[in-house]
Amino acid sequence: MTMINQETAKKLLSKVIALSKADECECNLDGRTAGNIRYARNTVSTAGEESDVVLVVQSTFGKKMGVATINEFDDVSLEKVVRRSEELAKLAPDNEELMPVFGPQKYLESRTYVESTANVTPDDRANAAEASIAPSKKGKLVASGFLEEEVTFNAIMNNKGLFAYNTATNVDFSVTIRTEDGKGSGWATRNYSDYKMLDTGKASQIAIQKAKGSVDAKEMEPGKYTVILEPAAGVQLIENMINNFDQRSADEGRSFLSKKKSEGKDAPLNKLGEKMFDERVHIYSDPSNPIAPAAPFEQNGFPREKVDWIKDGIVKNMPNTPYWAKHSKTAYIPGGGNIIMAGGNESLEDMIKNTRRGVLVTRLWYIRTLDPQTLLYTGLTRDGTFYIENGEIKYPIKNFRFNESPIVMLNNIEGLGKPERIDGNLIPPMKIRDFTFSSLSDAV
Amino acid sequence: MERRDFIKLGGVGMGSLMLPISGIAVSAEQMLDKPMDVAYKKKLADIALNAAKAKGATYADARIGRYLNQFVTTREKNVDNIVNTESAGIGVRVIANGTWGFASTSNMTPDSVAKAAEKAVAVALANSKFQTSPVQLAPVKGTGEVSWQTPIQKNAMEVPIKEKAELLLEANNAAMSNGANYITSVLFLVNEQKYFASTEGSYIDQDIHRLWAPFFATAIGENGFKQRNGLGNPVGMGFEYLDGLEKDKIKIKGANVGYNNSYDIVEDAAAAGKQLQAKLKAKSVEPGKYDLVLDPAHLMLTIHESVGHPLELDRVLGYEANFAGTSFATLDKWKSGKFQYGSEIVNLFADKTQPYSLGNVAYDDEGVKTKEWDLIKDGILVNYQATRDQVHMIDQKESHGCCYSQSWRDVQFQRMPNVSLKPNKKDISAEDVIKDVEKGIYIAGRGSYSIDQQRYNFQFGGQLFYEIKDGEIVDQIEDVAYQSNTQQFWNSCVQTAGKSDYRLGGSFFDGKGQPSQASAVSHGCSTTRFNDINVINTARNV
Repeated sequence: MTMINQETAKKLLSKVIALSKADECECNLDGRTAGNIRYARNTVSTAGEESDVVLVVQSTFGKKMGVATINEFDDVSLEKVVRRSEELAKLAPDNEELMPVFGPQKYLESRTYVESTANVTPDDRANAAEASIAPSKKGKLVASGFLEEEVTFNAIMNNKGLFAYNTATNVDFSVTIRTEDGKGSGWATRNYSDYKMLDTGKASQIAIQKAKGSVDAKEMEPGKYTVILEPAAGVQLIENMINNFDQRSADEGRSFLSKKKSEGKDAPLNKLGEKMFDERVHIYSDPSNPIAPAAPFEQNGFPREKVDWIKDGIVKNMPNTPYWAKHSKTAYIPGGGNIIMAGGNESLEDMIKNTRRGVLVTRLWYIRTLDPQTLLYTGLTRDGTFYIENGEIKYPIKNFRFNESPIVMLNNIEGLGKPERIDGNLIPPMKIRDFTFSSLSDAV
Repeated sequence: MERRDFIKLGGVGMGSLMLPISGIAVSAEQMLDKPMDVAYKKKLADIALNAAKAKGATYADARIGRYLNQFVTTREKNVDNIVNTESAGIGVRVIANGTWGFASTSNMTPDSVAKAAEKAVAVALANSKFQTSPVQLAPVKGTGEVSWQTPIQKNAMEVPIKEKAELLLEANNAAMSNGANYITSVLFLVNEQKYFASTEGSYIDQDIHRLWAPFFATAIGENGFKQRNGLGNPVGMGFEYLDGLEKDKIKIKGANVGYNNSYDIVEDAAAAGKQLQAKLKAKSVEPGKYDLVLDPAHLMLTIHESVGHPLELDRVLGYEANFAGTSFATLDKWKSGKFQYGSEIVNLFADKTQPYSLGNVAYDDEGVKTKEWDLIKDGILVNYQATRDQVHMIDQKESHGCCYSQSWRDVQFQRMPNVSLKPNKKDISAEDVIKDVEKGIYIAGRGSYSIDQQRYNFQFGGQLFYEIKDGEIVDQIEDVAYQSNTQQFWNSCVQTAGKSDYRLGGSFFDGKGQPSQASAVSHGCSTTRFNDINVINTARNV
């Protein structure tokens, strides 16, 4: 049993719900089928295929909850998993934060599934890898990369009438191309719902260009520079910031969105409604985004809709849980399934042309928190860092370590380019002034 | 916390962890089910191996795995979640036309197992079109039927849930009674029941246990908040690790208590509460050069990042170039026999045999008997970490036994063994190391850590920082991180404490590979001094 369609999922979950004796019973049925190929040193290293389906049954009696799961679907197994979750619930300590499940909901139309991705074969993957390896070999370069495509489905049903079903496809490709002497390295990545959009050869050309262009990088003094962060360089800092938007942490005083005690007893607990960023900053989640769509519901079956996190530089919403929403007397706002950051129409090339002096950053690596209060992060540039002068890339430069906060970064915006899909999100290239590089790295 | 949200602990300091979420949950009583009969596992494995050979595989191995996990998560006075997971299935790896192929299935009927083996061969054949250098395996003698178990005293899976929850809640109470405002504590239990069989006549049954009990405490002050994580280690032990025996405590005057093979989580949580209050009042470090004295619960991660990863042969050769990166410790440096990785007192060794360590097994995931070997001897780079298909590339004939897969579902590949720093032959104490430092900082616990993709430039923080003046620990300080270059750093190593101070730290969820897999690895060392290291101040106004 691998992929299960909506009708079959509904029948199976109805059968499970009918077996329940609990006050509340909610079930998730989640499945994934995936294939991958990995190559290095200009040859395929590993490749494989995997699939699995899991049924999760959550039973609740009062404030007690138990969860059990199984991956067999005959009648005996279904009865067993329901009884087991009920037994666990009876053994569990009371959970004071337990909230009731949701009733029937209405959902936006899903855009997450594209058929072509479900039909990829081992030969397709081998050919895609070869399209990346061949030009690299020809140019006396060394390619390594990874391609993975997956088809997933998620279904949820409970005894209060809720049912939701979604299928999704995803394709991830990344390639690193290095010179034989290890003095140059370039990288490119692609992320789609539709496998037909993937051109591994074309993406590899960018990595080839960066590999050749980054040989004999010059040293520049660490300090504050205007940078152009490609979407792959900016995405993690934006993701990290949005992942720290949680309302409860802010209300409890342990977030960059908390008000300090020293601001007085009458101050609000969090910074909701405050202008914290440049007014061009607009970051939101939207399941219906045509380029980077997300499932139209959360894992608990609650509908996802478009929600602004930051608009006009102002903190507009903070995600919470149903429990914290009730506790703080606010609306329940789930986290959203994607991050969309609005940008402009300028291409990356135009942004370079319009830069007098700056640093082009292909991507950032090994990003870690230095200070959760200021969201100060450290990490390094990697696989293509270049000095820009008078609108042109002048020469490659050695990689830097940065110590910077996205809060500072999003106050120092010089320009935002056309957003691109990356890691399921949509992020623009960003031109940022005074980005802090703290030391040099010898790594290529 | 909602169900399965135990993986979303990012806001309380666990964002860097990669938790295995592939398991399926089962009830507590089912955890105690007897493992699958060995004779049946052998029968299934033989079906897979024969099916692979029939389709043209020249080599095949089958791993039948049953992976049990338990997570107990608590927050302040609340038990948020108790999750039991089980994942069982078979992974078949083959060589056909000189190329690797892999497939796995959770459906363990004879027919499905044979189909998985055939699929693995089909994948290998599809990829062999573009193969330029056929796989070469270092020889391994078939073991016949053998078995091994982690030497545990108390099987943590058999300890009642109530006892586990009460211990965590007691720790939470200790932290909050002593100055913490919030605390999350977690108990992770892992039991890998792994059966390995190969076409070379090995049938290896292993029962592996690991445990970790971290906590994440926070205190809120007038102008912000501070965090302090637990100083316990993840270990290859049973529930006995949480006995908190006095003999396993190493007390550093004016600073923290270090824990060896037994952890007192309640005592550590109480200390965390007090230290959090001190952190809120502590002065911010003056940036500059300091002599650093690094506690084992901190230095383990520096070893992991600056020695463990750069000496993985797959990184050195370029197999990880697209993800984890390559390595500055290139083959020419190793071949020269003169590459001074560290000072003359630096001796680092690899093993998968140290008792209580996370890497401790009798055989790796391709049937190689595990062992101990030198990586850096008297400061010189002498070897790497390799698997069967890699050692020929460094002119060696015997695999190091470093092959591992996180589950039956994923293909096995080269993973870091335990990598440890040998203690001083003279059995001096941590305080003996501190007493000669005029201007220094003592750092305990693992904090923020970041290193480049070739492992040159790194920047590490910690949990606790103490200023050392004229040989004595004086005050707790804050906002410390040190920035250095790997070779420069290890060459500034001037003194280590002796074997009485030697402790194992570890990483429970080390990530590597594409698709990414987690593995657990320990690092042993005693308190060690590094001179003249660049310290930066991480505080910033926004």
